[in-house]
Formats: sequence, structure tokens, C-alpha cells
Amino acid sequence: MSILNIKKSSGKTDKIFKIAALASATYVLVIIAMIIVNLTSGSASVWQKEGLNFLTGSDWNAVEGRESYGAAPYIMGTFVTAGIAMAIGLPISFGIAMFLSELAPKILRTPISFLVELLAAVPSVIYGLWGLFVFRDYIQSWIEMPLHNLFGDNVIIFSGTPFGLDILTASIVLAIMIIPTVSSISREIMLAVPNSQREAAYMLGATKWEVFRMAVLPYSKSGLIGATILGLGRAIGETMAVTMLIGNSTGSAAFPQSLFQPGQTMASIMANEFAEASQGGLHLAALIGIGLILFLVAFGINIVAHLLVARMVKSHEGAVLA
Amino acid sequence: MITIEQRAEFRKHFRYNIGRRLIVDKIIKITVLGCVALAVVPLASIMYEVFTNGVAALSVDFLTQVPGAVGSDEIGGIGPAIQGTLALIGLSCLIGVPIGILGGIFLSEYGNNKYGRTVRFFNDVLAEFPTIVIGVFTFVIIVITIGSFSVWAGSFALSIIMLPIIMRTTEESLKLVPVTYREAGYALGIKRSVVVTRIVLTAAKSGLVTGIMLAVARISGETAPLIFTILGSSQFMTGLDGPIDALPLRIWRLSSLPYDSAQTQGWGAAFILIMMIFAINIGVRYVFLRKRGTSMLKFKMFGGVR
Repeated sequence: MSILNIKKSSGKTDKIFKIAALASATYVLVIIAMIIVNLTSGSASVWQKEGLNFLTGSDWNAVEGRESYGAAPYIMGTFVTAGIAMAIGLPISFGIAMFLSELAPKILRTPISFLVELLAAVPSVIYGLWGLFVFRDYIQSWIEMPLHNLFGDNVIIFSGTPFGLDILTASIVLAIMIIPTVSSISREIMLAVPNSQREAAYMLGATKWEVFRMAVLPYSKSGLIGATILGLGRAIGETMAVTMLIGNSTGSAAFPQSLFQPGQTMASIMANEFAEASQGGLHLAALIGIGLILFLVAFGINIVAHLLVARMVKSHEGAVLA
Repeated sequence: MITIEQRAEFRKHFRYNIGRRLIVDKIIKITVLGCVALAVVPLASIMYEVFTNGVAALSVDFLTQVPGAVGSDEIGGIGPAIQGTLALIGLSCLIGVPIGILGGIFLSEYGNNKYGRTVRFFNDVLAEFPTIVIGVFTFVIIVITIGSFSVWAGSFALSIIMLPIIMRTTEESLKLVPVTYREAGYALGIKRSVVVTRIVLTAAKSGLVTGIMLAVARISGETAPLIFTILGSSQFMTGLDGPIDALPLRIWRLSSLPYDSAQTQGWGAAFILIMMIFAINIGVRYVFLRKRGTSMLKFKMFGGVR
């Protein structure tokens, strides 16, 4: 009798439990869908007024009556800073990953990967603080002044007097911030390369570098591309450090030309101008619209990256089984 | 067949190029070591600056007083910011932890199908979203609807950020629990829900705590979403529906003030924040990640712990 009772009630609680779990999992999808819907509706008025000009225009004027919003300089600024950060950060990240997976003696591996991960734990606002009060002076006198003196105003990307708070500074700090992400994923991917691949290359008399180039690199290529794109996604969405360091110009002046010129990114203009935008106004809608663009860019980048990394991991599981 | 002459030819060639290859190898090794040094230098510099400048700002008043008026002689402290950060962490955990753990249970116990894979995929994508977008979203959905900046809005935004981390770590640590545990439970006639909550969750406890702590470390340093949700304030919290202050937000505001005292206070606040985050990170590593198996957890999340 009692057994029957247990069976009866067990079906019910199990069902409730499963539904609760299902609902929590669905919550994630709901949130993503709601982000798209709300950002679209919140920025509807600016899309209506500016149309595609919102994407291509460079006029940014929040004065009542002469309002005009074009986000092109900020979109460009985002891609330029992220691009420079990738150019600086990627080689270093791959170097660290190679050191940790191929070269480092066992004793050094854990402490160094721990240090690199601590770098990832530092909040972005502290990077900004450090960049503003410490790093800026060094970069201005050690990197920017020599470059400026060397090339002067003749080369457009080095023109203008270096001030320290500009696109280059923001990009370098951004590079420091993506190094932990990219290097720890790349390290995992390189460690996933079967040792038989390395041993085969060693057997042919290859040096460490040749083993890496001929056995490890081809095997982990798609995973490393995925790691790169994940790093790119992070660089594009980074807000606080960039806001504090990029110098914050607006309108067509923010169109990135020189490395030593103050710029603006999509994230930083949102953080900067949010306090000035009045509720219900066009200015606020424009900022939300920039949020929508940033969201779509980051969404696309992350989907591609996760597909690549997932494929890599899957092919490894297959290799292990076979 | 390789003749003896050919073999001699190969050997000659090998002797000829091995020197160059070894040199290339050396150069690469040194470069790679340089990369590691390049990454450690900023960390050392940040730690050094935060410690030397931050300790100078510390005092009892600094930790408990409200900030003084801008530019006045009374510099005050960061009491409201510390209170706000703690309140935000507590409330976000209240929202994020149950949903995250239940979602993780779904992915691990019921998620071996197309729907589970979809959720897992978008959960990973959500983990990498720009946090400022989540802030703007919360602003549109809560702040505009209610009409004021509030602790609730901030906690909701932060809970969205911590959700994917908790869900992923929960799933991974539940999957580490051997199937035999579950089967033993079923053999005793225990309901599936009780097997999961009493047996599997208990066995995976340390993994769960690790995930929650790492998520807390991550959200306590988030600034961007807070600009749009709690706004910042220089008073202690009066209720959950008004604006409050938070440590990262206070650091940002202080850094933009042109006074030396504000700078010092900024470093002091940064010191408190970084000590909190590092304590959680290092503590988790030494208390929980010691056990074999769980150390893979962090990497399963694609390094998504910042």
C-alpha cells in the first residue's frame, strides 16, 4: 500500500521538479529574446528619424532642436581599438599558451597560469584607474613621443601631439585585458592535441619550435581561431577601461585617424553620455540604439566563436574514441 | 631504396642546417619567455600601485563614512559603496543562484537532447555578452517601467551576468558525479527529484560553491551595468527601491575628479575591491579546486571568469 503511495506522489514531485528545472533553463533564452525586443523598441524612435543614416552618419548633436545622431565614428572606433588590441594581444597570448603547453617545466606551469588568470580577475575599472594614473605617463613618454618625433605629422596615424589619453593607450590596455582570456583557452586547446602527434614529429628530428609549427599548430588551428574570436568579442564589449582612457571625443572628430587622437567606442559613448540623456528623449533612444548595434555585433561574434570552439572539442572527443 | 651515397648526402645536409634550426628554436623560446614576462609586468605594476597607494588611504573613517562634498576639505569615506556592493551581491545571489543551479540541473540531468544543446549554446553566448548591453536592457525593462534607479534593477542586471557562470559550473560538476550514485538511488526506489537534490547535489557540492564564488567575484567588479541601474549615490541605502553606491562605480567617479584626495580615495577603494576579488579567487582555488577533476571546471567555461 505504502509503496503504491510513493509511486503516485513521486510522479507528481518529479514532474514539478523537472518543470522548475526546464523553466530555469528556458529563462536564459527568454532573457536573450527580451534583450533583442527591448533594445529594438527602446531605440525605435531614433531608427525612425535617422533611418540607415544612424549607421553611416557621423554627426552627433544632442542639442534640442538640432538633434542629429550618426554612430559611424563609434562603430569604427570600436573596431579600430579592438583590432589594434588583437594585433598586440594575440601574439603575446599565443606565446604564453605555447610556453605553458610546450615549454614550461611542470613546476612553473601552475604558478604562471595562476598569475595569468589573476590578470583576468582584475576588474576592468581598476585597469582604467591604473591606465589613467600610472600607465598613461609611461606610454606617453616612452612610446608615443618617440614615435611622434620619428614620424612627425607626415604619417597620418602618428600625427597630432600625444596626450596619453587616446586610441593607442586604450588599445594597449585592452590588449592586456584580453591576454588572459585568449591565452587560457589557447593553452587548453594546445594541451588537447594528442601527444602522439608531437612524438611523431620529435621522431623525425624536429626541434621544439618545429614540433609546435608542424604538429601542434595545424591540429589546433580552428580552436585557436575560436579563441581569437572570443577575445575579439570581449575586446568589443569592454567598457570601463576604454571609457577612462580613450579621451572621449564625439561626432566626426571621433572618427579614428591618428593613433594619438582621442576617440570613442560604442560602449564608451553609452557610459559617458547616459547621465546627460533625458528619459524618453531621442538622445536616450540613440544610446539604446548603439546598445542594439553593439549587442548584434557581439552576438554574431560569439556565435561564430562558440561554433568553432565546439567543433574543435567535438573532433577531439572523436579522436580520443577512435 | 636509399643508397649509401644518398644517405651520406642527407647527413651532410642535416649537419649543414641543424645549426640554423637550433638557433631559430632558441630565438623562439626566448621570444615566448618574453611574452610571459610581458603579461606578468602589468599585473605586478597594478598590484604594486594598488597596494602602495591604497594602503595609504585606509582608515576607519574611510571605511565607514559617507563621501564628503566634492572639493571640500572633508574627504569622507566610501561606506555607502561598500554597503551597496554587499547588498548587490546578496540580492543578485538571491535571484541568480536558484535559477542558475536549477538550470544547471536541467542541462545535466534532462538536457541530453536538442533543446538542452540549444540552451547550453546560448548560455555560453550569454556568458560573453558585453555587460553594458545587459545594463541598458535592465534600464529599459525595469528602470523606465518603475521610474527610478533601484537596488532591484542593479541586482537583476548582475544576476543575468552571474547566471551563465553558475549554470555552466553546476552542469559540469553534476556531470562529474558517477552514474552509479544515481543508479544506487533509483535502486532504493527514491524519486528522481530526491536523487538529484539529495545525492547528486551533495556529491557535487564543492563544484557548486566554486561556481557561485567565481560568479560573485566576477559581478563584484562589474561597473558598466551599474551605471544604468543604480546610478550611484553618496548616502547610505534607505531602501531597495532607491539609487545606491557601489565600489566599482565609486572608483570610476573618484577617478574623474581632479583632486589629489579623490585620487587617493580611488586607490583605496580599488584596494578593497581587489582584495575582495583576489581573496575569493585564491580561496576557491585552494579550498575547492584542490580536488582532482574540479580544476577542469574553469576551463570548460572558456576562461569566462573575470
